[in-house]
Amino acid sequence: MAAPISQAATPTYETRRRPSRVAAWIVLITVALIALPLVLPSYQVSIATQILIFGVLAMSIDVLAGYGGRTSLGHGAIFGASTYVVIYWTSVLGGGIWTGIALGILCTTLLAAVFALLAIRTSGVYFLLLTLALGMIVWGLCLRWTSVTGGENGLRGIGRPDLIADHISFYYAVLLVVVPVTWAMWRFVHSPFGLTLRGIRDSESRMRGLGYNVPLHLFIAFVASGFFAGVAGALYALFNNFVSPSTVQLSQSVAALLMAITGGVGTLLGSFVGATLIISLENAVSVFTARWPTVLGLTFVLIMIFAPEGVVGRARILLSQRRKRQSSRALH
Amino acid sequence: MTGINLFQILNGLTFAALLFIVASGFTLIFGLLRIVNLAHGALYLIGGLAGYSVAEATGSAALGAVAAMALVALLGAVLERGLMRFVRGAELRQVLLTLGVAFILDDVALVIWGGDTFTVPVPPMLQGAMRVGGVFYPKFRIFVLALGVVVFAALWLLLNHTRLGALIRAGVDDPEMVEASGINIRRVFLGTFMLGTALAGLGGVVGGAFLTLYPTADAEILVFSLAVVIIGGRGSLVGAAVGALLVGLLNSIGRVMFPELAYFVIFGPMALLLAFRPLGLFGKAA
Amino acid sequence: MDRRQFLKTTALTLATGAGALAAPHIVRAQSGPIRIGLMAPQTGVVAAGGREIIDGFTLFWENAGSRVGDRSVELVIEDDASNPDTALQKARRLVEQAKVHFLFGNLLANTGLAVANYVKDNGTPYFIPVIAADDLTQRSRIKNVIRAGGYSASQFSRPLADWALKQGYKKIATISQDYTFGHEQCGGFAQTFTEGGGAIVGQFWHPLNTSDFSPYLGQISGLAPDAVFAMETGADSSRLIQQYASFGLKGQIPMLGAQNATDQSVIRTLGPECEGIVTSAHFAEGADLPATRAFVKTYSGKFSKIPSLYAFSHYVGAMWVAKAINRIGGKVEDRNLLLETVLKTDLPDSPLGKPVRFDDYGNPIYDVFIRKVVKNKDGKFWNVPIETYPQVSQFWKYDPKTYLKQPPYSRDFQGIKKT
Repeated sequence: MAAPISQAATPTYETRRRPSRVAAWIVLITVALIALPLVLPSYQVSIATQILIFGVLAMSIDVLAGYGGRTSLGHGAIFGASTYVVIYWTSVLGGGIWTGIALGILCTTLLAAVFALLAIRTSGVYFLLLTLALGMIVWGLCLRWTSVTGGENGLRGIGRPDLIADHISFYYAVLLVVVPVTWAMWRFVHSPFGLTLRGIRDSESRMRGLGYNVPLHLFIAFVASGFFAGVAGALYALFNNFVSPSTVQLSQSVAALLMAITGGVGTLLGSFVGATLIISLENAVSVFTARWPTVLGLTFVLIMIFAPEGVVGRARILLSQRRKRQSSRALH
Repeated sequence: MTGINLFQILNGLTFAALLFIVASGFTLIFGLLRIVNLAHGALYLIGGLAGYSVAEATGSAALGAVAAMALVALLGAVLERGLMRFVRGAELRQVLLTLGVAFILDDVALVIWGGDTFTVPVPPMLQGAMRVGGVFYPKFRIFVLALGVVVFAALWLLLNHTRLGALIRAGVDDPEMVEASGINIRRVFLGTFMLGTALAGLGGVVGGAFLTLYPTADAEILVFSLAVVIIGGRGSLVGAAVGALLVGLLNSIGRVMFPELAYFVIFGPMALLLAFRPLGLFGKAA
Repeated sequence: MDRRQFLKTTALTLATGAGALAAPHIVRAQSGPIRIGLMAPQTGVVAAGGREIIDGFTLFWENAGSRVGDRSVELVIEDDASNPDTALQKARRLVEQAKVHFLFGNLLANTGLAVANYVKDNGTPYFIPVIAADDLTQRSRIKNVIRAGGYSASQFSRPLADWALKQGYKKIATISQDYTFGHEQCGGFAQTFTEGGGAIVGQFWHPLNTSDFSPYLGQISGLAPDAVFAMETGADSSRLIQQYASFGLKGQIPMLGAQNATDQSVIRTLGPECEGIVTSAHFAEGADLPATRAFVKTYSGKFSKIPSLYAFSHYVGAMWVAKAINRIGGKVEDRNLLLETVLKTDLPDSPLGKPVRFDDYGNPIYDVFIRKVVKNKDGKFWNVPIETYPQVSQFWKYDPKTYLKQPPYSRDFQGIKKT
């Protein structure tokens, strides 16, 4: 029941990698990310920013799905709640943007705690359905609580501070947030706590037998995941400068989950690969056809059938196979 | 404003009857095959639209309903045999695959029927209103109520008094056991899947006659069906009936009493129930 | 340096730096084609209307030979997916990547408001033939957002309320979708109706995409009003009209409606249940006016359906802006000149059949028809004018300055005069 979407991820793999090579990769990727706005046209820079934001959202889902074995369809609502708070605080109440962001993340973390209290007793499809229902409640409130949320029409933001108003400086600002947040998530899932979480994913009863407090671990994981989704939601408020019920609707959760899956559940950083693929695909497709839902649906079906371990997961499998072959050849 | 009266209760009951027809198919599939078929709503929409086209062309709503059920059952067979076999046993992969299928089917429906709002024509003898206990009420809605009861009775007889039903019930409780006794459970699975989806098609035609068909109608009915099945419990026919009644009445009364909280009234109790009784009112542990 | 200037400079730096990547769009001014970005929902709940936006808009440009102001015209069409987040994304794409000279379109108010908020910052001209949110041409007017061929939500429900008073209706109930577009149309109606001595005996607000109207119909029939004012769009409208008839209310309580309630996009799939509903609009497809007749004939011939609000509005909008572009000799790069000229351009010969011009706030002044749904000689239902209110502006008979002091319409403020 509690099994993740695919068991392909090999969590012990990274620890085996040589540190010098990891460092080289990190430097390379950092340089690439910093240089990106210098080579891309400004619109593409805004797409890159969007990818970073949705990458964080997808990672927050992966923290739960890949390490806790709990696949959520409510994270779009958690994410969007943060967007709502930030925009409401700045444009309706006239508050400062930084306080707004802090409040957005705080409220979202609290919301995630409520979700968690209700959801951690369930697993598998029931967890999926319960988070879906909780997300529907948030959506319904945003849609109907017109006096606060602006209902269907949503709320318009006041724009970004001048310092980060244009695409390029905003990209760097987002990068400046996303890098430490990613590092924090990485530390989180590779900490002893994360190891316990994986133990719960693989066998809840065994962990319970070993004396671990399973519900508490899941609760903390859910709240942490909600916190990270809240960070992404706050960034999205700055990015979009507008929020409406479509930001919290089910399709947002679905899209983010698809990004996590495409990248590879249980790979964490794969989320960025997934976000890049899905968002680029959407942009590329829209030039040729309006049939994006069909393309999205096909992507879903094909990934579920042929690559449920995701792009990064699949790459890891291929790599480790090759390495095995090499090492066996070396022996002869 | 008027409070709860017979009129609102009838509204709740007729909506519940439609929900039951759709959700009973959903719960059959969920119960036996362990598949949460998120394409169920899309099949409802496609069935309704196909039923509309056939009914318009032939002038017979009954023919439309039959055609819709046949088409959707066929689609169900293709889905079960063609796609689900790649992901058998992996619960979440199945759910997400059906979600992908739902996206595709919706978009195909939009391309074929163009996204206008369609209403399945109601046969003349069911048009107009009749007097029920002091209120004027549309005949067609009374018919839907009766149809819901008939579908319930038919499914109950099928499950409890036929060999197929015995197999399905046994399959819900213990699929390995059924297989071990030399029965081709795959055929039972396929039959159940087709029956379940055909009920979505029937729901589409009936719902299309009084709630109309339009893009996103699928998502709405799906979410309501999910609520019904979650409240009732996986694979339970009685559960689906009780769930449908609860959701139907909560929806109708909630709209009148708490218009601001329309969704909360349904999903709030459902979330609470699921948190404390994850298997629903009548669900059995797997 | 403002944001737009910064973007431009950045883009130019990039163009010179990265060469081929961005250069072609920037350097080429004046001589190249005029690039128009059209956003329409091609997927999602209002996809059918979006199709007609594209049909109406492209029909005009085809008729014009895809040329205006001595330049060729290039249309870039994007799907807003009936979703404001997507609309915003596509608007960015059109402006920043496809480098269109101006934007057109969108159907749902929330998509239009999201895009308006975006162009507010960068000055791209944005024409909205369907987006009707009052404040876009009233309290929070954005200079570069113009309702070419469009109207503000409360503009047409006022003459209808006046007409209702003349019919002797004293008590009216309203039923409407619960969002700003609905609040505004109902507000216009309720204010004029109560100021003229009528009473609003009940107002029902239901969420968009309400499948079952029976809870509301039960309450309406309990109030026994003289008439009902229905503010519905799309599928909600189809369902309300149908369920109104099947619950037997059609014969008892006459139905008045906002123009979208009996738009062709709604009634072309309906039967006799829509007959006799009275609405108000700047266009009536059954009007016996030469320009209207010609347009309806061409459109029906090409797309085998009678044009809807979405189609004719975008045809008229395109015609209006094209006329202005001709007057400035195709200089669309000069955004201020374009915007000013559009506002100063009158349109005497559009499919609307009556001459139209802009008020000082970027919203057109129209002759408003009171229309009734009847069956035409082909057996199809359509709207025919039964009365005309000449020169109706978005401010009705009020002084604009005084009017703008009252709060915008909302669920809580409907301008209802207390008696």
